Amino acid sequence: MEQKILDIHDLKREFVMGDQTVRALKGINFDIKAGEFVTIMGSSGSGKTTLLNILGCLDKPTEGSYLLDGVDVKSLNRDELAGLRNTKIGFVFQAYNLLPRTSALENVELPLFYNKTITAEERKERAIKSLESVKLAERFDHTPSQLSGGQQQRVAIARALVNHPVMILADEATGNLDTRTSYEIMALMQELNAEGKTIVFVTHEPDIAAFSTRTIMLRDGKIQKDSINQNQRSAKEALANLPESDDY
Amino acid sequence: MSIINLLKIAFRALKRNKLRAFLTMLGIIIGVAAVIAMMAIGEGSKQSIRSSLSGMGSNMITIMPQSNEPGGVRLQGSSIQTLKLEDITAIKKLQSKNINGLSPVVSTSGQAIKGGYNWPTTITGVSPDYLNIRQLKLQDGILFSENDVKSFAKVCLLGKTVIDNLFPDGSNPIGQIIRFKNIPFQVIGVLEPKGQSNFGQDQDDIILAPFTTVQKRITATNYLQSIYASATTEASSAAATTEISEAIRESHRLTAAETDDFQVRTQAELISTISSTSSMLTVLLTAIAGISLFIGGIGIMNIMYVSVTERTREIGLRMSIGARGQDVLMQFLIEAILISITGGIIGVILGVSSAYLISYFLNWPILIAESSIIISFVVCAITGVFFGYYPAKKASNLDPIDALRYE
Repeated sequence: MEQKILDIHDLKREFVMGDQTVRALKGINFDIKAGEFVTIMGSSGSGKTTLLNILGCLDKPTEGSYLLDGVDVKSLNRDELAGLRNTKIGFVFQAYNLLPRTSALENVELPLFYNKTITAEERKERAIKSLESVKLAERFDHTPSQLSGGQQQRVAIARALVNHPVMILADEATGNLDTRTSYEIMALMQELNAEGKTIVFVTHEPDIAAFSTRTIMLRDGKIQKDSINQNQRSAKEALANLPESDDY
Repeated sequence: MSIINLLKIAFRALKRNKLRAFLTMLGIIIGVAAVIAMMAIGEGSKQSIRSSLSGMGSNMITIMPQSNEPGGVRLQGSSIQTLKLEDITAIKKLQSKNINGLSPVVSTSGQAIKGGYNWPTTITGVSPDYLNIRQLKLQDGILFSENDVKSFAKVCLLGKTVIDNLFPDGSNPIGQIIRFKNIPFQVIGVLEPKGQSNFGQDQDDIILAPFTTVQKRITATNYLQSIYASATTEASSAAATTEISEAIRESHRLTAAETDDFQVRTQAELISTISSTSSMLTVLLTAIAGISLFIGGIGIMNIMYVSVTERTREIGLRMSIGARGQDVLMQFLIEAILISITGGIIGVILGVSSAYLISYFLNWPILIAESSIIISFVVCAITGVFFGYYPAKKASNLDPIDALRYE
């Protein structure tokens, strides 16, 4: 719990639009330690997406520093950022972003293709293990169109896990799912967190945030509130308490 | 990023869009098949013209009389009487290694008669060398000898057409007497049929006799209509031509200022003229086929562009999970090359088999040159790289953030 996975200091991000400068992030400070389950919340326009892009090493801060697992992201070039994403971050997207007409196994294998230190056997082995950890091992040969939304998102989570990242970065990962399936996904996230995975979950649903250990509220490019969640809800229990009639 | 991984990624991407990959390939397939089939037909016809020309005697050299006076009434070659037997002697005296046959030609047309049958034909007075020069062969009987030439012997060799018309009952003509312009000739040999020449002449409508006999007993002249010679090899025919020219000029006592009163022609010239026409045809056909290959390439580029746009989210995803710009570039480039090379392979197979089908069903001569296969294959690979690069570059320059959110 001591090791800092994320260390953000006075992070600013500005966009130049014509002759106007839009200040999306106006100086943000926080750090995330290994094993935390953090939700980042905020309304539209709060800078949530900008922050997510920077956390995911897809974008670089204009000012301030961002250290991911001890690496200063600001000093890296495009290719080095890609390498960092490949080895340190596991993305989970709202729209799953699985390759169509491609089996679950091949989808999960994908990140390892871009890591040349991994052999073909190792790749397959790790992909199967990853699918097992999201309880989809028996569906490895199904294509996305043969899977339900929740199953697709679990394949996407397996893909995020396959490169053993230091952090799973989820972007509205339950946004396209119904309540029951969302809870299932959150239960899976809690399980992974219990196994020691660090999870950063971007959402705008307070309901979802209740499952995390810590919540960071963004407002207008600044941190409004950064609080430890004293009574973390168990997604498994929430799932059990869902009324039957809600089961659609 | 290892090349095997890249190949696998590209291959899987193509597998996801089999029909589209195939349709893209189709342009290349048709282009390559067309190039190969067209070149096979072009080269084949060139080859067949060549071989039928050399059947006439590819080393043959023809010496024809020609007027060297630019003024006055110019006469047709056959009525000019500049070639004499002395010219033959002069050429023989050279004892050139480049010349291995020499025969005067004196011919006249008339009616050949045998019993109740007659046939209008041409009698050609030659020396025994003539058969080798023209690549004629005896089917039956014997050839007249140098002695027959010296003694104005009334002997002759007949071609198939003459035999068919004078001996319609199928009796053996050898030993029989035929009459040409009232002169009796004993048939001593029968020539192998040669069929029509390239110019539609019946090469079997022929009577060969010693030239002395024809000169003395029929035409009553002492000049020659032409002289046929043969060069030792096709390559030596140019040297032989020069030697013959010089020998005849000397024998005609022409001064340096005077132009030739004869002309020397080789079959090689004719062959090169005709095969250059046929090469032009090949070039034309290949150019048309090449254009279709080019259009196939544009098809690849078009599809790759559509593909890059359509797969923007996929590109964004790949980048977000660690693909570098060059990985994406390589993926799309390899996809394009895979399409073009696979198309090339199928095209080669299709081209070769359609060339064989054409030769089988239409009886056209074909010749499949390895060079045509290699060239079209290399062109394919280049097409893939050339037309695949730009769309691939576009893909690799995408910003992962925008690409991921692309709708």
